[in-house]
Amino acid sequence: MMKKTLTIDAKGMHYTPLNKEIRAAIKDGVTEIILENINGQRFIGNGLRGKDLTIIINGVPGGDLCMFMSGPTCIVHANAEHAPGNTMDRGKIYIHGTAGDAVAHSMRGGEVYVRDSIGYRGGIHMKEYKDKCPVLVVGEYARAFLGEYMAGGILIVLGRGKDQPPVDERGVGTGIHGGELYIRGEVPDHLLGIGAEKKPFTEDDREKIRPYIEKYCREFGVDEPELFSDEYVHIGPSSARPFAGKYCWE
Amino acid sequence: MKMCGIISVIDKKKNPMDGTAVREALSIMNERGNGEGSGYAVYGAFPEFADYYAIHVFYDDLIGPKTAVEEELEKVGTIKHDEEIPTFEQPNLKKRHIPWRYFFQPNVSALGTTASEEDILVYLMKKVNTTIPGALIYSTGKNIAIFKAAGWPEDVANFYRIQDYEGYIWLSHNRYPTNTAGWWGGAHPFNLLDWSVVHNGEITSYGTNKRYLEGNGYVCTMHTDTEVVAYLTDLLQRQHELPPELAFKALAPPFWDEIDRMPEKERELNTALRMTYGPAMMNGPFAIVVASSEGIAGITDRIKLRPLVAAEKGDRLYLSSEEAAIHVMEPSPDRVWMPRAGEPVIGRVY
Repeated sequence: MMKKTLTIDAKGMHYTPLNKEIRAAIKDGVTEIILENINGQRFIGNGLRGKDLTIIINGVPGGDLCMFMSGPTCIVHANAEHAPGNTMDRGKIYIHGTAGDAVAHSMRGGEVYVRDSIGYRGGIHMKEYKDKCPVLVVGEYARAFLGEYMAGGILIVLGRGKDQPPVDERGVGTGIHGGELYIRGEVPDHLLGIGAEKKPFTEDDREKIRPYIEKYCREFGVDEPELFSDEYVHIGPSSARPFAGKYCWE
Repeated sequence: MKMCGIISVIDKKKNPMDGTAVREALSIMNERGNGEGSGYAVYGAFPEFADYYAIHVFYDDLIGPKTAVEEELEKVGTIKHDEEIPTFEQPNLKKRHIPWRYFFQPNVSALGTTASEEDILVYLMKKVNTTIPGALIYSTGKNIAIFKAAGWPEDVANFYRIQDYEGYIWLSHNRYPTNTAGWWGGAHPFNLLDWSVVHNGEITSYGTNKRYLEGNGYVCTMHTDTEVVAYLTDLLQRQHELPPELAFKALAPPFWDEIDRMPEKERELNTALRMTYGPAMMNGPFAIVVASSEGIAGITDRIKLRPLVAAEKGDRLYLSSEEAAIHVMEPSPDRVWMPRAGEPVIGRVY
C-alpha cells in the first residue's frame, strides 16, 4: 500500500472541524496524518478503524484521545491529558511524555505506552474477552488507585522514575476481579486495595510481558537490560467477585 | 457530574499581567462548562484605591436596593468613591444585574464593639445579602476586582473587558452547575475579604461545613457549595491564624490509616488537626484554587476525583484543570507536574 501523508495545522482549531478533517482525509486514502500545533483538542482519533493508519500529534492533545479506536497507531510528541485510550478496542498509542488521570480507562483491546508517568486511576476497569487483551505500559510511575476495578488486561509499570518508586500511593488494584499488574520495584502490602493480592512472578509471566517491554524500549529509544531481568511484583485478583459479600446476601 | 474548568496564575514578583491571556486560556476549556457561569478575579486591580475595601454589589435595579445598601455602608464607614462597573453589551449575555463597586473605609468604632475592619465587612455582607432584596455583595477585598456573570468565558470577559485590567494574580473559572441553578451570584470566583476561591467539583460535606461556619458567625447566601471554601479559609487562616499548609491539611486531611503509619510527632499533629477541625473537613470531589494578596494555593480532594495540573516559568506559577490551558498562557514552561491528591501547591509573592 502506498503511503499518503497529510499535515494539518491545528492552531486555534476547535476539535469538531479538526476531527471532521481527519475523517475526510482517511476517506480520501490518507495513511499518515501529522497534526501540528495541537493544544487541548479533545477526542482526536475517536472511533477510527483500520490498521494502516498512523496519526502523529505534535502538541498536547485534549482528553479521551483515541477513544473507541480500533486499529490505527497514534504517536504523541508531548504530554497527554486525561483518559487516552478510553474504551479503545485495537491499535496502539505511544505517548512521549506523561499522561493524566484514568489512562486506558475501560480499555478492551490494543496497547497504550506512556514514556514517563501517569496520574490517578491508571487502567481503571480495563477488561478482556477471548483474544482481546488490552495492555498499558507506564515507564516511570503511577499514582493512587492503579488498576482500580480491573476486569482484565495487562498493566505494566517499569519504575524508571529517578528517586521515585513505581507507585507509593494507596488503593493499588482496588476491586480488581480480572487481569494482572506487573510492577518493577517494591510495592508495600499496605498499598494494595481491597480484592488485590500479590502472586508469584514466574518465568511464564516474564515471557508474557517481554514483548511489550521490547516495544516500549524500541519506541522510546531505551536501552536498559534490567527492565527484562529484574523482578516484578505481580498483582492480581484474590477473587473474581471481590464485593460479592458487600452487595448481596445469598 | 460537575465538571468546571479552572486556570490561575501568579507572578511572584508582582509584575502586572492583563486579562487577555487568561481569557484565551479559559476559553479552550469551554467543554468543561455550559455557559451558565464564568468569572475572573484579579489582585492588584485598583492601585489608586489600594487601601480601600472594594465592595462589589449586584443590583437588580438602581432605585430601592442601591439606596438601602448605601445607607448601610454609611452607617459603618465612608465611601471614598463609587462607580458602576463598566460593562459592554454582548449578544449572548443577558445583563440581569447592574454590577457596582464602592471603595470603602470602615469605621472601627461604628459597631460600638471591638470589631476589626474585616469584621465590619463580614457584618455588612451578611446584613445586605440577608435583608436587602435586589442587592448582593459578592466581593469585599482590598485591591481585588471580581468579574462574573452567567455566560461563557469569552462573553463574560468581553462584557467586562478584562483586558483593560492588570494584576499579579488572576483566577478564572468556567462553570457547569449541576446541583443548583446557574446565576450571577453562583458564578465563581467567590470572594470574602482577601480570599477568592474557584472550585471544580462538589463539596458533599456542605451541610456539615455550613453548620460549622454558621456557628462561627458566617452566613451562606449564594445557593452553592463553593462559598464554604472561602469562609473556611477566612476562619482558619485569618481568624485562627493557621499557616496555609496546616489550614489546607485541615480541609483535606490524611486518612486515619495513613495517620496510623506516621512517626509519633506527625501522628499527634494530624490527629489533633482532624479532631479539632472535623466539621471543617471537606468531602467529595474537588479541585480548588484559593488566592490571597500573599499568593495562590491549589489542592484537590484526597482521592483525586478532579484534575489539577501545575506549571512554573520563571516567577510565574500556573494552576489549571488542563495542561493545554497553561500552554495558551505559557508555551514553554520550565516544569509541568501533577500535584499529589490532598497536598497543596502554593505560590507566594516574594
